[in-house]
Amino acid sequence: MNVELLARAQFALTVMFHYLFPPLTIGLGGLLVLMEWRCLRTGDPTYKSLAKFWTEIFALCFALGVASGVVMEFQFGTNWGAYSRFVGDIFGSALAVEAIVAFFLESTFLAVLVFGWDRVPPKMHFFSTVMVALGATLSSVWIVVANSWQQTPAGYVLRNGRAELADFTAAVLNPSTVHRLVHVWLGAYIVAAFFVMAVASYYLRKNRHLETAKKSFRIALWTGLVASLLAPLSGDGHGRNVARYQPAKMAAMEGNFVTGSRATPIYLFGFPDVESQTVRAGVAIPGLLSFLVHRDFKTPVTGLDKFPRADWPPVAATFLTFHAMVGLGLVFIGLTVLAAVQLWRGKLFESRWLLGCFVLAVPLPFLANQLGWCAAEIGRQPWVVYGLLRTSDALSESVAASQVLHSLVMFSLIYALLFALWVFMLVRKIKAGPESATAGKE
Amino acid sequence: MDLNTLWFVLLGVLLTGYAILDGFDLGVGILHLTARKDEHRREFLNSIGPFWGGNEVWLVTFGGALFAAFPRAYAAVFSGFYTAFMLLLLALIVRAVSMEFRSKLESAAWRRCWDAGFSVASAVATMLFGVAVGNALLGLPIGPAGEWHGRFLKLLSPYSVLVGLMTVALFALHGAAYLNGKTTGELQQQVHRWFWRALGIFVALFGIVTIFTVWKVPLATRHFGAHPWAWVVALFNVLALANLARCVRRNRPGAAFVSSCAMIAGLMVLLGIAMFPKLAHSSLNPAWSLDIYNAASSPKTLGIMAIIAAIGMPLVLAYTCVIYWVFRGKVQLGKFSY
Repeated sequence: MNVELLARAQFALTVMFHYLFPPLTIGLGGLLVLMEWRCLRTGDPTYKSLAKFWTEIFALCFALGVASGVVMEFQFGTNWGAYSRFVGDIFGSALAVEAIVAFFLESTFLAVLVFGWDRVPPKMHFFSTVMVALGATLSSVWIVVANSWQQTPAGYVLRNGRAELADFTAAVLNPSTVHRLVHVWLGAYIVAAFFVMAVASYYLRKNRHLETAKKSFRIALWTGLVASLLAPLSGDGHGRNVARYQPAKMAAMEGNFVTGSRATPIYLFGFPDVESQTVRAGVAIPGLLSFLVHRDFKTPVTGLDKFPRADWPPVAATFLTFHAMVGLGLVFIGLTVLAAVQLWRGKLFESRWLLGCFVLAVPLPFLANQLGWCAAEIGRQPWVVYGLLRTSDALSESVAASQVLHSLVMFSLIYALLFALWVFMLVRKIKAGPESATAGKE
Repeated sequence: MDLNTLWFVLLGVLLTGYAILDGFDLGVGILHLTARKDEHRREFLNSIGPFWGGNEVWLVTFGGALFAAFPRAYAAVFSGFYTAFMLLLLALIVRAVSMEFRSKLESAAWRRCWDAGFSVASAVATMLFGVAVGNALLGLPIGPAGEWHGRFLKLLSPYSVLVGLMTVALFALHGAAYLNGKTTGELQQQVHRWFWRALGIFVALFGIVTIFTVWKVPLATRHFGAHPWAWVVALFNVLALANLARCVRRNRPGAAFVSSCAMIAGLMVLLGIAMFPKLAHSSLNPAWSLDIYNAASSPKTLGIMAIIAAIGMPLVLAYTCVIYWVFRGKVQLGKFSY
């Protein structure tokens, strides 16, 4: 077996499992702040039981996020030694800053959130919630900085066989950081909002906890609606950024094989075939890609023909994951707009079928986040640091295929078990409901 | 002091913080099965409940800081200890989820399973840390380009296994000193008994490891001739250990725990003295060792990261102290407990 393939599979598995949790905790952190703030302002005890309930869910997800996150921090060194030496100066620094300014904050104040209800005054508890949400958000900042630098390296010089820091600000605010960060945050809020709405819909359909369910649904709906509507705007900016700095990735995302001399169409769906260099069964809107990238209907968008074949990313995977993400984004807009209209008409909480849709929709935002990252990471191939270091040159020299295979099997088994337990615990907790969320302990 | 030395010290501080803080919750884990009643086990878990997450961040920060400051050492050691690190990750995952899941169902079998997982994972993680330290003192099979030439089983030499066992005893002792201040009544009596047992085992292993080190591990003591003050640190350790025993006997749990922390800090200083200025001694050829200069990041990165650490770490220490203050005193089981 090939070490590179195994190491990539292991990275994909561990990062995808890990990324179930951060978007949920980033988004839920923000929603918890809203809930506790409402509780402080109105003194309404429903908000308090709401906050307690969601804090427990938050803690469960956070524990798994930490456990799977430590794996990520170590994996660069274990599997990607050559990469670590090449990028330590900049990428390593971003990880270290993340730990110092964000991870400590989040995990330390989480203690107050979970165990401190009876120990500290409500304002101190609220402050801790703000700190946890801030920690989760800052964490995402530095992780996105690290990733964005891999995508669009800046502020470095190549010296001593590695990328050394030349300009800290330029490295941190590299061309794709802000675009990616905004999109990651919107994705996180969509995950959390749909998660809360699903649980609330479940209660509403079962006619339980009506007060708390309606309150959480409203808070989550507004958050989800705004985030879903902003996501395509942020995606547009991000896309133009990709077209400018990672044109091969853009070409793969859109299945754009040939540059040509006229405006480039956009494929709504289809299947790109690398052999024949066409998109099969595709439905295209003429000229739209040119408009999205260049804001005119004339200039062609750079196609894959401008790049040597060795520099192409896997086209089909990039195209399909990207298109699936966009499709799901449209579903989120449709659902939240519909729900907002029904709420305005005063009919939402009686509309069993729409609430049913929200219950079923819960995995979709997780999936959309994963697909978006797949498109971003697969589209960056064959580079691990875009244009500077190939993935195949990034491995640890001393690690054998058998070692990676064994750890890959180990992670697959343990993560499958943890995933099952996580879902089981969530379902149990949700069925128990807000008031009795702490039952089953004594 | 140049930036490279500063970063060596900062990494030492992070690792010491980790050993002291996660040390006690790993120790509670090692001792977990000595509590027989469900209620007692919950007291054990809840004594560390608010803290273990923050404690583990010290390890993550150490990893990140090593990556940023000395990437060649991070790459060599992490890929070299591949199998050991994978086992460590497994242990840390099992530990984290055991605490989170254990008390959420009432089934006795469910709880027994997670109890065993929690305890075994804590012992395994501790053992691996000790084995890593033992190997660091023996020297690692590092080649001319900073690459690794070794296998996991070779890491299990008699000396490194001894250091591993000593670390398990040390953290069990430290955990018992912590629990001594967190428990009451019957459970505290029980913790006391285990404290003295752990102390006996630790002293025995510490003695053997010391003799072995002086006799067989020249790297560990090579600075003692030129820097006699290193003996003061060694003496300080013995005194801290004696004071730990004295304070437990006189029933002063706070002072006992502080002594235990001081002893661990002393041991870490000895480790630092043994290593400096190397990060990894090459056992193949001393010239191939990775030190704080040939493994370092650019001066610019070291400088900027030093500023961030200088602003960030005091803040971290401040709010960590606040949280320990909020959750001070004996454990009380409530409806928000594990």
